[in-house]
Amino acid sequence: MRFPSDEWIKALHEEINRSQAYAEAAKNWEGDFYFVVKPAQPGAEPTYLYMDLWHGQCREAFLATDPAAKKLAFVMSATLPIWRKVITKQLDPIQGLLTRQIQLQGNMVMIMKNVKAAQELVECCTHVPVEFSE
Amino acid sequence: MWYFRSPEIAFGEDALSRLDHLTGKRAFIVTDPIIARLGFAERVREKLQAIGIESAVFAEVEPEPSLQTVRRGAEAMLAYGPEWIIGLGGGSSMDAAQAMWILYERPDLSPDAINPFDILGLRQKARLICIPTTAGTGADVTAGAVLTDTEEKRKLEVGSLEATPDLSIVDPQFTTHLPRQVTADTGIDVLTHSVEGYTSTWANDFSDGLCLQATRMVFTYLPRAVEHGAADMEAREKMANAATIAGLGMGNSHIALAHALGHSAGALFHIPHGRITGLFLPYTIEYTANAGAGRYLDLAHILKLPATNETQAAASLAAAIRDLMRRIGQPLSLQAAGVARENFEANLEPLCDRAAMDVSLVTSRRVPGGEDLKRLFEYAYAGRPIDF
Repeated sequence: MRFPSDEWIKALHEEINRSQAYAEAAKNWEGDFYFVVKPAQPGAEPTYLYMDLWHGQCREAFLATDPAAKKLAFVMSATLPIWRKVITKQLDPIQGLLTRQIQLQGNMVMIMKNVKAAQELVECCTHVPVEFSE
Repeated sequence: MWYFRSPEIAFGEDALSRLDHLTGKRAFIVTDPIIARLGFAERVREKLQAIGIESAVFAEVEPEPSLQTVRRGAEAMLAYGPEWIIGLGGGSSMDAAQAMWILYERPDLSPDAINPFDILGLRQKARLICIPTTAGTGADVTAGAVLTDTEEKRKLEVGSLEATPDLSIVDPQFTTHLPRQVTADTGIDVLTHSVEGYTSTWANDFSDGLCLQATRMVFTYLPRAVEHGAADMEAREKMANAATIAGLGMGNSHIALAHALGHSAGALFHIPHGRITGLFLPYTIEYTANAGAGRYLDLAHILKLPATNETQAAASLAAAIRDLMRRIGQPLSLQAAGVARENFEANLEPLCDRAAMDVSLVTSRRVPGGEDLKRLFEYAYAGRPIDF
């Protein structure tokens, strides 16, 4: 499945809801996300992947065509090479945030209290077949 | 990409004289009542006075400093307007000074909202100096502070890479007369930092050597420091240095599972930080190694322990740590640490919940789920080596 795509994010949705480890780690998590893939070329449009994560489950996920339609709790942005490193577990997402390779808008305290959930989310990503459109 | 951050470090006999080269008008010393009573704050003030820097002392930091104390100290700083903040004491005073400094620079922030992801823009008003008076925490060189939310009975690891102190002064004069128990509690903290700094998933080429060296120094000098105290100044000085070296190693890598368990149990059972995290260290080594996830061979080799593979290395290291803890009179189980069975059982669920939410868990090589966390605590209560 190509990343980023609607097909890939929907497959991740299913993977998350199969994960007992994610359900446990994210049992207190409330908040929806845009995962933004920043364009490589100046002037190109970013891609927005939407996920509604709620108490250890994913309620909805899709490629957003109108990102302004929703006001979200969290927006995480990075370039495709950085997302590729995260999804293939070459970059710990928390290290990515600390080094500002990934930019985050939202309640940072909430993230700090749920780092294990972030780890399990990445673990779910690794179970989804992926091709990168670089 | 990753970073290595370090303050300037003045160390060794008379390192305090580094203060002679400061410039400025006002300094604000953050410490605790015991350190103030021992005259350490006055020694620092005299040094500052000699170079024309006036100072104020905030000597209200309690063990496990609270968000409320940090807010109060920051307000006092805002009223005084210092160019230098000096954290003088153990981890509590240095952590409190760091958090107060951030709030002095950024009064718009709430203490529990200090996080490593935002750019804080520090050093507009003042710079931070840390002077440790125990040989343990490494807080003089690290960017994180541990505060206690007394309302939620929860420890918060807050911090920002920007908040790494500007100057650390490691002068053994301040640790010469540390009581035996404090020497042991803080000394074993050094070992937990160095071992977890080496085995954390964020360990790196820059942190590894520091962690290995600090580990070797603890095994060599901690028993001497505990046994002989002020009569063995070499051991005192080496342990003071080891604490800062381990702090640098761990601070540029991260901590791991023993800290997650220790933060949780320390907050609920009120056991000193070094003692409780050290207590869990051998259990977490065994737990990690049992899944083949360890990185203990170099640590075993540097201690000249018998090991030709990771399994043997973990077993040798855990045994050596337990032996060291016996020699310096540290408890090897929660029961031996004075936690009553009924108290333990009543708190088992919150123990696991708090550990599961601890940021230290994220850099552990083996991350326990809920059932494993419960078993880890039960084994550590009874003093049983981990067999799962």
